[in-house]
Amino acid sequence: MNKKPRSLIRIIIPVVLTLVTIALIVWPMLAGGQYVVLDPKGPIGASQRDLIVISTILCAVVIVPVLILSAVIVWRYRDKPDNKSAYEPNWAHSTKAEAIWWTIPIIIIGLLAIVTIRYTYDLEPSKPMASEKAPVTIQVSSLDWKWLFMYPEQGIATVNTLNIPADRPVKFELTADSPMNSFWIPQLGGQIYTMSGMAMTLYLQADHEGQYWGSGANFTGEHFAQMRFDVNATSEEDFDKWVNEVKQQSQPLTQEMYKTLAEPGTSNVAYYSSFPEGLFQDIVTKYVVDGQSAHSKHGEASGAKEITTQDVDKSAN
Amino acid sequence: MLERLKEFASEFFVTGDPLIYGADVAIGITMITIVAVLTYFKKWGWLWRNWLTTVDHKKIGIMYIIASIIMLFRGGVDALMMRLQLAMPNMDFLHPEHYNQVFTTHGTIMILFMAMPFMFGLFNVIVPLQIGARDVAFPFLNALSFWLFFLGAMLFNLSFVIGGSPDAGWLSYPPLSELSHSPGVGQNFYIWGIQISGIGSLATGINFLVTIIKMRAPGMKWMKMPMFTWSVFSTCIIILFAFPILTVTLALLFLDRFAGAHFFTLDLGGNPMMYINLIWMWGHPEVYIVVLPAFGVFSEIVSTFSKKKLFGYKSMVFAMLIISFLSFFTWAHHFFTMGSGADVNAFFAVTTMLIAIPTGVKIFNWLFTMYRGRISMATPMLWTIAFIPCFIVGGMTGVMLSVAPADFQFHNSYFLIAHFHQVLIGGVAFGYFAGLYYWWPKMFGFKLEEKLGKWAFWLWNIGFYVCFMPQYAVGLMGMTRRLSTYGWDTGWWELNFVSTIGAFLMGAGFLFQVAQIADGIRKYKTLKASGDPWGGRTLEWSIPSPAPEYNFAVTPRGDDIDEWWEEKERRAKGIYPPEQPLEPIHMPKNSAIPFIMSIFWFIAGFGFVFGWLWMAILGLAGVGICMIARSFSYDTDYYIPVDEIKRTEASLRGSV
Ligand code: HEM
Ligand SMILES: [Cu+2]
Ligand SMILES: [Cu+2]
Repeated sequence: MNKKPRSLIRIIIPVVLTLVTIALIVWPMLAGGQYVVLDPKGPIGASQRDLIVISTILCAVVIVPVLILSAVIVWRYRDKPDNKSAYEPNWAHSTKAEAIWWTIPIIIIGLLAIVTIRYTYDLEPSKPMASEKAPVTIQVSSLDWKWLFMYPEQGIATVNTLNIPADRPVKFELTADSPMNSFWIPQLGGQIYTMSGMAMTLYLQADHEGQYWGSGANFTGEHFAQMRFDVNATSEEDFDKWVNEVKQQSQPLTQEMYKTLAEPGTSNVAYYSSFPEGLFQDIVTKYVVDGQSAHSKHGEASGAKEITTQDVDKSAN
Repeated sequence: MLERLKEFASEFFVTGDPLIYGADVAIGITMITIVAVLTYFKKWGWLWRNWLTTVDHKKIGIMYIIASIIMLFRGGVDALMMRLQLAMPNMDFLHPEHYNQVFTTHGTIMILFMAMPFMFGLFNVIVPLQIGARDVAFPFLNALSFWLFFLGAMLFNLSFVIGGSPDAGWLSYPPLSELSHSPGVGQNFYIWGIQISGIGSLATGINFLVTIIKMRAPGMKWMKMPMFTWSVFSTCIIILFAFPILTVTLALLFLDRFAGAHFFTLDLGGNPMMYINLIWMWGHPEVYIVVLPAFGVFSEIVSTFSKKKLFGYKSMVFAMLIISFLSFFTWAHHFFTMGSGADVNAFFAVTTMLIAIPTGVKIFNWLFTMYRGRISMATPMLWTIAFIPCFIVGGMTGVMLSVAPADFQFHNSYFLIAHFHQVLIGGVAFGYFAGLYYWWPKMFGFKLEEKLGKWAFWLWNIGFYVCFMPQYAVGLMGMTRRLSTYGWDTGWWELNFVSTIGAFLMGAGFLFQVAQIADGIRKYKTLKASGDPWGGRTLEWSIPSPAPEYNFAVTPRGDDIDEWWEEKERRAKGIYPPEQPLEPIHMPKNSAIPFIMSIFWFIAGFGFVFGWLWMAILGLAGVGICMIARSFSYDTDYYIPVDEIKRTEASLRGSV
C-alpha cells in the first residue's frame, strides 16, 4: 500500500500550491499593481482599511486553527491498516465539546458585531467629517457612460475628471441620470450608489496631494467599463488656480449641451466654465410625480435627500 | 414577400457573430444526430415510455441531473469565454454587449438551471429511498415539475440563437431590464424561462415537504431522519417562502415591459429599488436553498466514509433550521451602499454574521465525525474533504463582506466574485459532485472507476484556487465586477491572466468527469455494484442497485438514525428481522400529460416573449386542456402483483 513516490506527491502538491499563492500575492506589487484598498490616502479609507484588518484578524483567529485541525484529523484518522489511532464508531455526542464550539463562534461573532456596529455609525457616509476646514461640495451625476462633476461653489463643471483640494473634507452629493451606478474612489474610501430620483451624500477626504482614480462600481450596461475617472488632489492654491483656468479657458455647459451629454455614449474628459443653475436638482427631480419622490422611505436615515420641487426653488446656486 | 421574410428572419435569429453561427451549426448537428440515433436504433418508443412519460421519481431524478450537467457545460463555456476576454487588457474577443450577455446567461444558468436541477435530481433519487417510501407524495406533479423546469430552461437557452440573450445581469435590475434599456426580447426570455421553471421549483418544494412529513417509514420519528432528508426539508421550507416572491417580482417586471405598467421604471412613480429589495428577498434565501442540500450530502458522506456515526446530530438539525430561518433576514446586505442609514445597515450586518455561527458548528461536527473514525479516500469523500477548507475560507470572506462599512470597499468588486464562487463552487458544486459519485451506484447499478475521478478532482481543486484566489487580490486592487475590459494602466493583468489559467484547469477537470462517466458506461458490466457498495448507513443502501421501480419490496422500519447500519450490526449478531409476506404494490401509472402540458407552457412562454398574443393564448389553452384531461383521467394507478415482485427481487438480489 505505502508506495513512496505517491506520498511524496501528496506533500509536494500543497507546498507548491502555497508557494504559488504567496508568489501571486507578492508579484503584482512588484509588477505595478497596487492594493489600493489597503493603501488608503484619506481618513475614511484608512478607517475602512483598519476595519478590514480587524475583521480579518478576528476571523483568522478561528479559521486558522480550524484549518490546521482539519488537516491533522484527516491525516491522523485516514484508513490505513497500520493506523494505531483510536477508532470509536459510536462516539457521536459530547455535550461539553459541542458547547465549546457553539460558544467560540458566538464570542467571535459577538465581538465582530460590536466592532461592526461602532464602525457602521462612525462611517455612515453622510456623516460630516470632523475637520476645522469647511467642506467643499461637489455634485456628482452618473450618466450613461460618463461622470459629470459640478462644483456649485466654484460654478464650474467637469466630465470624467475630478479635482479636489487635499486635506479638506469633500462633500459629494450624488445622483444619477442613468441606471443606478456606484461612485467609488478606492484610495479615499468606500462607495455609495448614485440613483436617479434621489440625492445621496458621501464625505471623503484626501490627506495628501496626489493622483488617484475612481470608477463606477455598479453595472450600467454597454460601456460600463469606460466609467473610470482621475482624481487630482491638489493644494488649496493649485485648486483655486485650476478653477480659474477652467473658468477662463472652457466653454459654459448649456442646458442643450447637457441634453446631448446625457445621451448614452462615452465621453472624453471635458471642462465647463459654468453650468445651468439648479442642474443637479433638476436631475434629481426629473422623474418626480407631483412633488412626491419615488423613494418614499429608504434613505431617510442617512443623508439621502428627497428633494422636492420646493427645494428646487430654494436652491439657486 | 420574400423581402419581408428575410427581414423577419434577421430579427428573429441572432446574426452577425461567428461564435453564434458556430453554435447554430453545433446545435443543428446535435439535433440531427439525436434524431438519427433514436430512429436508427428504434428507440423512440423506449424514450417515450421509459422517460418522457415516466412518473418514477428515480428516473425523474436522473433526467434532472443529466439536464443539469448539460447546463453546467453551457455555463462553463460561458465562464471560459469571459475568462478569455479578461485574460489580457483591451482584449477584443467579446464586445461589451456580448460580454454582458455572457455573464448574464452564465449566472442565470449556473444558479437556476445547473444548481437547482442538480439539487432536485438528488432529492428525487434519494429522499424517498432514504425515508423508506415507495414514491414521492405527488408523482404526477413531480413529473410536471421536471418538465416545467426543463422546458423553462430550454426557453431561456433559446434566447442565445433566437431573438438575443438578456444582458442585465442574473438578477436583472431595472431600469436595465426595462423596455427603456432592453427593448429586445432577451429580457422576456429571462422572465419566462425562469417563471415557467420557477413554478416547477415551487411545486417540487411542496411535494418534498409533504413527502417528508407524510411518507416516512414506520418508526422514523423526526429526530431519526437521515441528515440529507433533514437538509431537503429545511430547503423546501425556504423554497416555499422564497419562490412566490420571485414569481411576483418577475410578473411585475413583465407587466412593466408588456403592459406598460410602472412598478419599477424610473418615470411615472416607478421605483427600481423596490425591485432590488424584492429580488434579494428571494435571491439571498436562494443561495441557502442550493447550499443546504450540499450540507446534507456532506453529512451522509462524512459518516459513511469515516465509518462512524454523524457527530452532534441534534446540533446539525438545529443549525440547519436556524440557517433557513435567518436566511430571510439578511437580504439588505446586498445593498449596504444604498444609503439606508446606519440602523438598517447595522441590523443586516449582524443578522448576516449570525449565520456564520450555525455554519461553524456544522463544520466542527463534520470534523469530529472524522475524529476517531477511519477515513477512506474514495472520490465522494475526497470532494467532502476538499469542501471543508474551501468553505471555511469562503465563509470567512463572507463574514468580512457582511461588515457593512468594510463592504463599502468590497461591494461589486472582484473580492465579492471570488467569495461567492468559493462558496458556490466549493460548497454547492463540490457538494453535488460528491453526492453524484456517492449515489451513482444506487442510480445506475455500477460504480465509476476512481482513477479518472481523481484526476478530475485534482484539476478542479487546483484550478479553483488558481482561478479565484487572484480574484480576491485583484478586487483589493479596485477591479469591479462585470467589467468587459480594462486597460494596461490598471496593473490588473497578471492576476487576471493567472485566473484564466485556473478556469481552464477546471474546464479540464470537467472533461475528465465526462470521460469518467463515458468510461463507466462502456465498462458498466465489469463495474457492477452491490446494493451497498460503500458500507452505507441509511435505508437506500438496504435495497438492490439500481433500485427496483417500487423501491422496497416490503416497507422497511426506520427506528434508528442509521437504520441500515444498525440492521447490519444486528444481522452480524445473528438477529434477523422477521420474514414479512409480500403484498401487491400500489403504483402510479405513467402519464404523457406533464410532458405535453409543459410543451404548451413553452409555447405560451414563447408567445409572450415575442408579444404574439395568439400564440400565448394557444399555449395557455393547451395548458387548460391538459388540466381538464388530467382531472377526467381516473385510470391513474395499478398494482404490481406479488409474483412479479418476487421475480424482480430474485433477479436483482441474485446478481448482488
Ligand atoms: C466553473 C468555473 C467558473 C468560472 C471560471 C466562473 C467565472 C465567472 C466569471 C468570469 C464571472 C463574471 C464576473 C464579472 O465580470 O462580473 C462569473 C459570474 C457569475 N458566476 Fe461564475 N464561474 C464559474 C462557476 C460558477 C458556478 C458553479 C456558479 C453557481 C453555482 C456561478 C455563478 C455565477 C454568478 C451568479 C455570477 C454573476 C453573474 C452576474 O454578474 O450577473 N459561477 N463567473
Ligand atoms: Cu433610492
Ligand atoms: Cu445574500
